[in-house]
Amino acid sequence: MSEPLLAVSGLIKRFRRSGTTVTASDEISLSISPGETLALAGPSGSGKSTIARLILRLIEPDAGRVDFEGENFLALRGSALRARRARLQMVFQDPLAALNPRATVARVLDDPLRIHALASRSERPERIAALLKRVGLSPDLAGRHLHEISGGQRQRVAIARAIATRPSLIVLDEAVSALDVSVRGQILELLLDLQRAERIAYLFVSHDLGVVRAFAHRVILLEDGRIAEQGDARAVIDNPQSTIGKALVAAVPRLARTTIQDRS
Amino acid sequence: MTGSLVSIRNLSVSYRRDASLPSLGNIDLDIAVGERLAIIGESGSGKSTLALAIAGLLPSTATVKGTILWSGQPQLPLGGRDIGFVFQDASASLDPVMAVGRQITEVARTHLDLSRAQAESRALDLLRRVRLPDPDTALHAYPHQLSGGQRQRVAIAAAIAAGPRLLIADEATSALDTIVQADIVALIKQLVAEDGMALLFVSHDIALAAELADRIAVFRRGEMVELGSTDAVIQVPQHAYTKKLLDAHIGLDAAPMIAPTGHGHV
Repeated sequence: MSEPLLAVSGLIKRFRRSGTTVTASDEISLSISPGETLALAGPSGSGKSTIARLILRLIEPDAGRVDFEGENFLALRGSALRARRARLQMVFQDPLAALNPRATVARVLDDPLRIHALASRSERPERIAALLKRVGLSPDLAGRHLHEISGGQRQRVAIARAIATRPSLIVLDEAVSALDVSVRGQILELLLDLQRAERIAYLFVSHDLGVVRAFAHRVILLEDGRIAEQGDARAVIDNPQSTIGKALVAAVPRLARTTIQDRS
Repeated sequence: MTGSLVSIRNLSVSYRRDASLPSLGNIDLDIAVGERLAIIGESGSGKSTLALAIAGLLPSTATVKGTILWSGQPQLPLGGRDIGFVFQDASASLDPVMAVGRQITEVARTHLDLSRAQAESRALDLLRRVRLPDPDTALHAYPHQLSGGQRQRVAIAAAIAAGPRLLIADEATSALDTIVQADIVALIKQLVAEDGMALLFVSHDIALAAELADRIAVFRRGEMVELGSTDAVIQVPQHAYTKKLLDAHIGLDAAPMIAPTGHGHV
């Protein structure tokens, strides 16, 4: 078996709130292979977003180790950290909150190319146009402001920004949860297309077990900062063993259609 | 036929300026006494605009044409007394610096002729009915001391405190996790059955709506494109857009989007 792209071991993060201590990540260990989608699912407060943020180093853990592309990621500082960060990108639920809403699309995509010195000033407009095309948007959108385009278009821009630095892993934190269902499927297809073409791995944080089952290779079900259950996404969700797994699956609304439409 | 609780005829809502709420055009819709009606749509469909119009909560910038008859009467229903409204964000609808019990007794005392003691006992009873743990303590709690699901239970208790005949839930479970959502949906179903309330359940989630509605109305870009019994809309959708929404649903029985791989386990 190939080296894991990401290997997390013994990751601990505690938060103290009004006298009580909440362990949001309680000795979490996990790994992701190149080109693989690992889903983190669980009820609110189970630690799924905290674990994603720890891996991204948006918050610092109390203990534990994160190896990314064969390097001790938590030990990196300065320029070495910046260089490695280009390979580990993120897309959040609300691009208007994650990105500057008053920036133009071009500016949002120019930033990573400039900061990581991936293209000279004169090359950048062409690279921005190519990125927009890659995510299914017209290069004509470059001059528009983020708040002027639709929610689905904004999330495509966020994906274009994430792939601008040629990452090997993208953390998708509820990245399709706020989208209309008719747009959601197209964004998931785009992500799968990028994964197949570039061998990008995804850490897919989601509360939606239907989407996890269709989109992810493996799933980890979390409860109170601990792993309750893990394995092949379809095997776990079709036959959950843990109490929380059974409760999560039972709570999913069922749409019992007698005539199944051809999805082709 | 028990008659219509709400009769909407030729309702149009528009805005003078480009507003954040989408407009509505030529809506004809009846809500029967005690029925559970779901309004389904994506962003920009006008589903929330319809809910706000029925409750008389549209902003003053809105221009409303057509009629909304309440129990066949021309006089408008009174918010809180005749219609209870539950919004998506319970923290925004509850007063953060008022104890939970008082928020419920205020609704009861405003609309019902109750003494303070009677209103308090009603609030306690309501907190029991919405199954808030430890209702005696919860009466004196503040919203920030409760979880999101508990806050929504309080908002529901306040919405039904004056015994309305119509409960409107506008994306009332969308911000909650799946397990809490299922609990709240079951609670709403039980409360409307016990009190004989009609329910207008506004949601983007057609599978969730199908679990509790008698009828489903599908909205798109300010128009109602389909209205029918839940069974008819789900099993034999007439409009292409309804079919598209149903096909876009990714349930537990959806075909996997990815090919099985040889990725080992952890």
